[in-house]
Amino acid sequence: MRLPITKTPKPYVGGAFIRSESGRTFPLKDAAGNFFAHIPQCTRKDLRNAVEAAAKAGPGWAKRTAYNRGQILYRLGEMVEARRTELIDTLVRFGATKSAAAKEVDACSDRLVYYAGWTDKYEQVLGNVNPVASSHFNFTVTEPMGVIGVIAPDAPALLGLVSLIAPVIASGNTVVAEVSETNPYPAILLGEMLATSDLPGGVVNLLTGFRKELVPTFATHTHLRGISAAVGEADRKTLRLGAAESVKRVHFAGEATDWFSAKAQDLYAIRDFVEFKTTWHPVGA
Amino acid sequence: MSILTSENKRPTKRSAGRPLPELIFGDLWEFDPAPETADPKLKPRYDLFIGGRFVAPVSGKYFDSINPANETKLAEIAQANAADVDAAYAAAQKGFAVWSKLPGKERAKYIYRLARLLQDRAREFAVAETMDGGKPIKESRDFDVPMAAAHFFYHAGWADKLEYVAPGRKVAPLGVVGQVIPWNFPLLMMAWKLAPALAMGNTIVIKPAETTSVTALKFAEIVQDAGFPAGVVNIVTGFGDTGAAVLNHPAAVKVAFTGSTEVGKIIMRSLAGTDKKMTMELGGKAANIVFDDAPLDQAVEGIVNGIFFNQGHVCCAGSRLLVHEPVAAAVLAKLKTRIRTLRVGDPLDKNTDIGAINSREQLTRIEKLVASGVKEGADMFQPACKLPTKGYYFRPTVFSGVSMSHRIAREEIFGPVLSVLTFRTLDEAVEKANNTAYGLSAGVWTDKGSRILKMSTELKAGVVWANTYNKFDPTSPFGGYKESGFGREGGRQGLLDYCKLV
Amino acid sequence: MSSGSNAAFRRLFNEIGTVDQVGIEERVAKYTTRSIKKAAKVQGLKLAVTMVDLTTLEGKDTPGKVASLCQKALAPHDGLDCPQVAAVCVYPAMVRHARRALGEDTAVRIASVATAFPSGQAPLRTRLAEVKAAVADGADEIDMVINRGAFLAGEFQEMQDEIAAVVQACGDATLKVILEVSELETYDKIRAASFLAMRVIRPGDFIKTSTGKTSLNATLGNNQVMIEAIRDFYLETGTPIAMKPAGGIRTAKQALQFLIAVKETLGDEWLNNTRYRFGASSLLNDLLRQLEKEKTGAYQAPYYFSEAAESY
Repeated sequence: MRLPITKTPKPYVGGAFIRSESGRTFPLKDAAGNFFAHIPQCTRKDLRNAVEAAAKAGPGWAKRTAYNRGQILYRLGEMVEARRTELIDTLVRFGATKSAAAKEVDACSDRLVYYAGWTDKYEQVLGNVNPVASSHFNFTVTEPMGVIGVIAPDAPALLGLVSLIAPVIASGNTVVAEVSETNPYPAILLGEMLATSDLPGGVVNLLTGFRKELVPTFATHTHLRGISAAVGEADRKTLRLGAAESVKRVHFAGEATDWFSAKAQDLYAIRDFVEFKTTWHPVGA
Repeated sequence: MSILTSENKRPTKRSAGRPLPELIFGDLWEFDPAPETADPKLKPRYDLFIGGRFVAPVSGKYFDSINPANETKLAEIAQANAADVDAAYAAAQKGFAVWSKLPGKERAKYIYRLARLLQDRAREFAVAETMDGGKPIKESRDFDVPMAAAHFFYHAGWADKLEYVAPGRKVAPLGVVGQVIPWNFPLLMMAWKLAPALAMGNTIVIKPAETTSVTALKFAEIVQDAGFPAGVVNIVTGFGDTGAAVLNHPAAVKVAFTGSTEVGKIIMRSLAGTDKKMTMELGGKAANIVFDDAPLDQAVEGIVNGIFFNQGHVCCAGSRLLVHEPVAAAVLAKLKTRIRTLRVGDPLDKNTDIGAINSREQLTRIEKLVASGVKEGADMFQPACKLPTKGYYFRPTVFSGVSMSHRIAREEIFGPVLSVLTFRTLDEAVEKANNTAYGLSAGVWTDKGSRILKMSTELKAGVVWANTYNKFDPTSPFGGYKESGFGREGGRQGLLDYCKLV
Repeated sequence: MSSGSNAAFRRLFNEIGTVDQVGIEERVAKYTTRSIKKAAKVQGLKLAVTMVDLTTLEGKDTPGKVASLCQKALAPHDGLDCPQVAAVCVYPAMVRHARRALGEDTAVRIASVATAFPSGQAPLRTRLAEVKAAVADGADEIDMVINRGAFLAGEFQEMQDEIAAVVQACGDATLKVILEVSELETYDKIRAASFLAMRVIRPGDFIKTSTGKTSLNATLGNNQVMIEAIRDFYLETGTPIAMKPAGGIRTAKQALQFLIAVKETLGDEWLNNTRYRFGASSLLNDLLRQLEKEKTGAYQAPYYFSEAAESY
């Protein structure tokens, strides 16, 4: 019998697969209790590096055409669909039933396609021309905020993460995400799909590790312009306290969020992480 | 640009020995005082407005409201404590049960009434606003009051069209909203806060700034005259502790604050343990960027309007002028010429361009920052205008030779003080403009259309004025990027900050 | 417009800068909010009277009409301590009649619209002959029109050469160069034409808005563009150019607004009739009405004032 080659799980940061700068890992067991792999225990410095990578990628991503961002998100949907079996097997290995796993993976690819379609439309719904009472042409457009911190729910590990990331990058933001603490491996796989989906390196950066260690840095890092998090009350307070120091935008997914429902995906998730810019210009000759 | 960079061309163009030509802005034809004489109809003492009635504060305490133009007492204002704020929220909760259930078209008619009643009493309110805050009567008459009425008029029409606010979703009012507003546009900020909240079906507890409570309380009379159900609008006056009580009250489901970034951060910290929704409209340090192909005289007018409007007490004031080097000398010369014709003085005089600084405290802060500018080596220009002997006044001030590290280039001065910096390339202009924690507004002056759109895209600011400055409209969303706050006021975007999606 | 004229205008705009329409109209709107009261008002009204070029430019003008206009110029209104106007402004054929009515020994000047006014569409030699004839008949001032066709085609040299030729023909007479702003399309071009004219006329010569014969005449906006051009030219060269808005200024209130613009743009040295004039016919009587009202406190019916057009 052939001995299988095991994979070293590495999170995807700055377009590369990294180990934690600290060299620390934590062991991950599957649902049956068997050792699976060592997962990097990312630190606040890894978070800092990820923010740097995201900031570097930001301007280029924001300047991509909406059409191009849509194609890339759609491509990501294709990647998830193409590795559907592998993802389902992984979710099952970490405790999901076969049917629940299939439902989650399908919801993921559908969700990516949903947001892929929004990239060149949300502006038309959220922005507008304003009929000001003077000789000026006045219009309001949206712009991405910058680097957004995402803290994904522990479960559903894959769908929760995808649901928080997709609307944020659809508008040209870049993301530093902490993935499910209890079930990190699906996010490792997602990183591999991100790497092969034409998404520029640094647009999405995934960190594995512990909430306790990373949440305070998410809270206080002033280069993060927004936080989208599915966390409990204590973490919400920590994040809001930190947000106060640099007037950061924070949005929380409620604990009761049904990630499979239609309401878990909509235009207003994109709106939460755009800025509105209003430009005035005289109309004259 | 021979005309515009005249400094170095003069010797060749003009015969030697003749003095430099100079314009004389003297008193050959001096205007007589033209005071606005309408009666502001002030009461000697103002109580709190809770549950549709004026009620005395629980503590029985009142404080004086001072006219900053002459340091005389204008009226006594009730000082609300936590018990008063509790009463206001209780009234607002009762009011919510009625107000939120009214059909939108009925709410609309109430709000239209506010607009009309304010228009009816416009001059009276303008005079009161000027006496209370020190702003020139021509601004309160031509801007603050009509714009406040316009905000009510615009938002009234939304009240029965809310299904169009958020395509794809239904909206519902939030409940009781707590609001704290600043002293720079007392009535107008109140309109910005009340109008969208009311249109959405929320009820309100609002606290005006302690130095400028008078027009808010006069507005309470309008709320009464409009026949509003009791408790829909509640006005509590007092100092910072009253404001804190308003924002931290457990019954407030949403808070909206306009004021300094410093205080905004304190509020955000104090609410960190709650799930209250927030809108923050905070400070700014806007760059006003003039390119060499700009229509320079209009740019100068925009610069003047950008920094001296309302004595510079404007969060979006164009306090950093970035000038393209080829026209820097010309712009500065034109600017100084223009400033020499500004009239500083009695805010009630219809010809006054720059009125009184809002308070002794603010005057001291401006003086300190200006002193730091001088100390750090920037060149200061002030026109030789006469100032009244009583009251809080400050000359329009321009600092040139300012670098990005100077305090006057980084800190919000909130006064009639402009810092002038120069740039060589578009990229440098963008870098300097964005090199700040603020991001409220910016100005761009150029004749080239594509450059305007490029700059508008690059500038991290919520409002970009191209070839104009300090323009406002109820239909136009206003609000900042970065540490200038979040949420928008005005337009469809502003409305959405006062509802929940269901 | 041909590409040649485009290039010519582009070069000129690069030198002198452009004007934003909405911006300048916002600027002048501020003049209209100034409140002029009491002594300042009387002073302003009297100043305006001294600046009036009392004008009649009609095909039906007769020596008699001109004579009575001259009488009005010399003594605007009985019983008012009122100065004389700056000048009367008439067609060349009327100059000698005006001179006869005013006499030689008068401070009231005679201005005449020469150069095939208002179109300017006559051969240059004809226009120059007309100027010389008007001066010979006793005109102190010549109001000429520019060659708008040449200007709009970007043929600036031709336009300037013609102005220079008229300057020569004027001799000692003061020249006023009418841009006819309503035909120049934009504020940018009004500024451009102002500069081109100022570069070939003499200190103390005027630039003037309009003939009064087209739909749009002097406005606070085009007045502002021109006085800003005068200011910039003065600060660059030291040469003071004078200004005359003409047509459309009918009320005392308007005149005061124009004077406020002068006060706040050019300053005290332009607040006199060697540097600023109003080309107007009905303005004078409204100034007089307001002066009388300031004196007596009673509002005045128009027909109390001589030469009034209003008879109702």
